[in-house]
Amino acid sequence: MVTNSNSLALGALGDPTRRAIFEHLGERPLAVVDLAALVPVSRPAVSQHLKVLREAGLVRDVRVGSRHVYSLDPDGIAGLRDYLDRFWNTALHSFKARVEQQREETP
Amino acid sequence: MTGTAAVTTSIVVDAPADQAFAVFTEDIGSWWPADHHILQAPLASMVFEPRVGGHVYDVGTDGSECHWARVLAYEPPTRVVFSWDISLQWQVETDPARTSEVEVRFVPEGEHRTRVELEHRRIDRHGDGWEGLRDAVGSPEGWGSGLQWFARRLDQEHSPVGEA
Repeated sequence: MVTNSNSLALGALGDPTRRAIFEHLGERPLAVVDLAALVPVSRPAVSQHLKVLREAGLVRDVRVGSRHVYSLDPDGIAGLRDYLDRFWNTALHSFKARVEQQREETP
Repeated sequence: MTGTAAVTTSIVVDAPADQAFAVFTEDIGSWWPADHHILQAPLASMVFEPRVGGHVYDVGTDGSECHWARVLAYEPPTRVVFSWDISLQWQVETDPARTSEVEVRFVPEGEHRTRVELEHRRIDRHGDGWEGLRDAVGSPEGWGSGLQWFARRLDQEHSPVGEA
């Protein structure tokens, strides 16, 4: 569910190393080995962080030869869409209540 | 472009179209979810300027204003269109090319009933979502005020009403 993945995304980015990985991937797609050279943690640790980011819907990976290359997931717009969908439903119900209340007050 | 870049919803209200239109626009502050604003100060009131080229804006208790929409069409009592000038970082978007728009139609269903149809479209124009998120993460202010606000909203929406 998209909303859950939003919460997951925020949780995933609460970790400074994951945030750093995420920011590096925002500049260009990178393989695990490249990322391990950029952040002060081991390669297995980078893999573990990438797994969390991927499960949160923040990054995706494509296989290039024998390597997995990671990039940001461009599908983030789905999160905004889901948010607005929920927002307008809430807002219109509030609107309906107000219109009908006003109608009762002014017969 | 619509499809995944648009959100549509509708509701039927027991009121004539002219009244529904008036409440939606000039009385927007009476029903807009009060915690959905991006002012630093608490919200004091909301203003919907009833003309094409007008703005929709929030006024804070400290007098600050947040102009977050431009009125693109104003056709009482049938239709209103306004822009959504709020970026993915929950800041006012000053580049019109990166704003989405909201169209609201008031369709009479009898003398005292109106169907209100809302379409929030061109959401894709806000840009690539995670690029915005990346920038927000990079800025303490953006991270603090924007995403936490967003997260809080999601959490609130997840909490069942009335649960202790």
